[in-house]
Amino acid sequence: MTDTPAIELVGISKAFGPVQANKDISIRVMHGTIHGIIGENGAGKSTLMSILYGFYKADAGEIFINGQKTQIPDSQAAISAGIGMVFQHFKLVENFTVLENVVLGAEDGWRLGPSLSKARRQLKQLADDYDLNVDPDARIEDIGVGMQQRVEILKALYRDANILILDEPTGVLTPAEADQLFRILERLKEEGKTIILITHKLREIMEITDTVSVMRRGQMTATVKTSETSPPELAELMVGRKVLLRVDKKPAAPGKSVLEVKDLRVVDVKGVQRLRGVSFEVRAGEILGIAGVAGNGQSELLEVLGGYEKGTGTILLNGEPLDLTGAASDGQTRRARGIAHVPEDRQHEGLIMNFTAWENVALGYHNDPKYQTNALFMNNAALRADTEAKMKRFDVRPPDPSLAAKNFSGGNQQKIVLAREIERNPDLLLIGQPTRGVDIGAIEFIHQQIVALRDQGKAILLVSVELDEIMSLSDRIAVMFDGRIMGERLPAETNAGELGLLMAGVAGEAA
Amino acid sequence: MTDILTLLDATLRLSTPLLLACLAGLFSERAGIFDIGLEGKMLVAAFLSAAFAAMTGNVWIGLLAGIGGSLILSAIHGLASITFRGNQLISGVAINFLASGITVLMAQAWFQQGGRTPSLTGNGRFDAITLPFANALAGVPVIGPIYSEVISGQTILVYVALAFVPLSWWVLFQTRFGLRLRAVGENPAAVDTAGVSVVGLRFAAVAICGVLCGVAGAYLSTGLQAGFVKEMTAGRGYIALAALIFAKWRPWYALYACLLFGFLQAFALRPDLIERWLHFKVQTQLLDVMPYILTIIILAGFVGKAIPPRAGGEPYVKER
Repeated sequence: MTDTPAIELVGISKAFGPVQANKDISIRVMHGTIHGIIGENGAGKSTLMSILYGFYKADAGEIFINGQKTQIPDSQAAISAGIGMVFQHFKLVENFTVLENVVLGAEDGWRLGPSLSKARRQLKQLADDYDLNVDPDARIEDIGVGMQQRVEILKALYRDANILILDEPTGVLTPAEADQLFRILERLKEEGKTIILITHKLREIMEITDTVSVMRRGQMTATVKTSETSPPELAELMVGRKVLLRVDKKPAAPGKSVLEVKDLRVVDVKGVQRLRGVSFEVRAGEILGIAGVAGNGQSELLEVLGGYEKGTGTILLNGEPLDLTGAASDGQTRRARGIAHVPEDRQHEGLIMNFTAWENVALGYHNDPKYQTNALFMNNAALRADTEAKMKRFDVRPPDPSLAAKNFSGGNQQKIVLAREIERNPDLLLIGQPTRGVDIGAIEFIHQQIVALRDQGKAILLVSVELDEIMSLSDRIAVMFDGRIMGERLPAETNAGELGLLMAGVAGEAA
Repeated sequence: MTDILTLLDATLRLSTPLLLACLAGLFSERAGIFDIGLEGKMLVAAFLSAAFAAMTGNVWIGLLAGIGGSLILSAIHGLASITFRGNQLISGVAINFLASGITVLMAQAWFQQGGRTPSLTGNGRFDAITLPFANALAGVPVIGPIYSEVISGQTILVYVALAFVPLSWWVLFQTRFGLRLRAVGENPAAVDTAGVSVVGLRFAAVAICGVLCGVAGAYLSTGLQAGFVKEMTAGRGYIALAALIFAKWRPWYALYACLLFGFLQAFALRPDLIERWLHFKVQTQLLDVMPYILTIIILAGFVGKAIPPRAGGEPYVKER
C-alpha cells in the first residue's frame, strides 16, 4: 500500500440533456481497500462508474490512475489502465461457454484455438488463486446467476484488472450467494486488488467496505470510514433528511380467513411445473410475506391469484371459490370480487409507460360508473380530478395527472399504482416487489401505506425478494422454493440465516 | 441413370446462387443485422456483371462490377441500420425496391433491349471447368458418373460457393473474428464492454454479405444464364433466407438446405421425369411453386425450433 490513491477523480461533471447526472465529483479510492459508493436510484453512481470505465465521456474533470493522469475515452482504455467492471446486468453471451466469454475481446491472436487453451490454463490458475471455481466448458445459459457473476469477475481478472468495480452485485443473488461473493471480494482485497462496490443497500456497505462515499442528486455528499459511521447516518446523508429504517407497526390482530389457497398448481406453456401444490391462508388484518429467490413460483402465484394465469386447485376468497380456468378467471372478475393487485413489474404490468398518470389510474377500472359520462363517453375530467386527489393523498411528485408514467421516478410510479389499487378498498391486496427500484424515502412511505391497510383489517399477500422487507413487514412468512412452500415462520422466531436456507431449498422441520 | 445425373447436375447449378446468398445472410445475421435485401443485392450484381461482361467481353470484370454494386447496397444497408440505427427490415425492403427499378432502368438506358442485357458469349460467360481425372474416372461405377457428370463440368463459381461452406465454418468457429462476430449478434453489449467496436464488426459482416451476394448475382447472369433479364433473381434472396432459418444459421446445414431447394427447382424444370416415373402428369405450375411452398412451411416454423441470434434486428444503443 502506498499513499497514492488507486483512483482519483477530480471535478467530474456529466449532463444528459438538462439532467445533471454528476456534478463536480471528486473522490479518492485507496489501494487494497473496498470502497463503497451508496446513493439512491438516480443519484449518479452508475454514471460515475461508467465514466471511469469509458462508457461515457465526462463533460469536465480529470481521472488519475495510480497518480497518473489518464484519459479513458473507451472501454479498451479502461481495461488497459487495469480497471475491470462487473455490471448490474451481466454482459455475457448466453450461448457461449464460460471460456469463450472470458476470452472474447482479449484473444491472443487471430486463431481461436491457442487463445482458448491459454485462457483455460490461466482460468485454472485464477480459480486456485482466488477460489473462483467455474466449469470453463459450461454454457452461460446453463449456469446460475451466482456463477455468471463469477464469470464476470474472472473476465476482469483475466484482463489483469487491479481495480474492480461492481455495480449492485447482490441484486440478483440469494443471501448465501451474496455471502459467497463477499468472501471472494475479501480474498481479492487480500491479494491487493482495489474494489469499488456500488450499492443502495446499507447492510452491505456496513458489512464489507472500508470506506464509503455517499451520493445524492449527482453530488458526492460525504466520504467516511465505514467503522466511523452508522446506517441511520448514511441513510440521512443519502436522502437528505432523517429516515425511519424500521417499519413502525403494532402487532397484527388477524380476523376471519380472507384467502385460502389449497394445493394450487400451475404448469407454464413449456410444460414446466411452476407451482407444485401450494397451500396457505391469509387472514383479515395480517400481512403474509412470501420470501424466495426470484423465479421460484412467486410470480406465477401472483398471476394466478390476479386472474391472468390459469391453474388447478382451490382458491377460496371469503369462503367462496374462485374460478381458476373458466370464463370468470380474469382480472376484471377478480377485481370485482375484491382483489387488488400491485404487480411485481410495474413498468410492464402495472403501468403503461407512455400513458399519462390519469390514463393509468383508469387501467382496470375504466368501467367504474364514476368515470363515465354516459354509455359512450368517459368522463375524463372526473378521472383527472380523481387522479389528482389520489396523487395528493399518496404524495406523488410532481402531482401532475397529465404527465406520462415514464416521466415519474420509480418510487412515484409505484405510488401511482398503489393509490389506484389501495383506494379501491379491496378485501385482499396482492403486492409484488413493492419497493424494487424505489428510493429509501419512498420505501418508508410505501411500507407505511401497506401497514395502514393491514390495520384497516385487510388481508395482504406480500411477495418480495428483499429479505429485509419481508422480515420487517410480514406478520407471518412463507418461503417458496421451486414452486413449493418450504415452510412458514413467524418473523420474531426466525432469522435471515434460517430463511436463507429455506430459500435455497434446504427443508426445515415442517411448519 | 442419365436422367438422375442431369437432375443432380441441375440441382448443383441451381443451388449455387441460393448457397452464396444463404451464406451471405448467415454472416450478416450472425452479426445481428437482418438482411431482407439479399434479393436486391443479387439483382443489382446480376445486372452489373452481365452489363460489364457484355461491354468489356471479360466476365471477370463483370464479376468485380457485380460485387462492387452489391457492396454499395450493403453500405447503404449498413449506414441505415448500423450507423443511423434504423429499422433493418425497412432498409432491406427499400434496397429491394431500388434494385428492382434501377436494374431495368439502367439496362434500358445502356442497351435499349427492353430492360435486358445482350446475350453473353465466349469470354463474357463463365465456362464449365473439367476437373482432373473426370474422363478417366467416368467408367468407375456410381462414383465415376457422379464425379464426371455432376461434380465436374461446373463453372468456377460453383466450386467457389462450395468452398465457402467449410471456409465460413472455419472463420466463424475457429477464428477470433468469428467469435467476435457471433458475440455481436448475440449480445453486442458484451462485445462493447470488452473493448471491441460493435459498429466495426457489424460493418465487416455486412461487407462480407455484400461480396457473397455479388458473387451470387454474377453467377446468375454469367454462369447459370447468359445475360440479365428483368427480375431474374425470382425470389432467390427470400428462399435463401428461408434456407438460412432451416439451416439454423450454420454453414454446413446451409449447404444441405440449399441443395434441397435447388433440387426442388431442378425438378420443376423436368415435369417429364415425374410423368415417366410416376405415370401421371403433374402441372408444371405446381412443380414451380414447390420451392416457395417449402419456404412458407419453413418460415411458418414447421421445421422445429430455430433460435435466431438473440440481438438480431436490434440496433445497438449503449444503455443508460
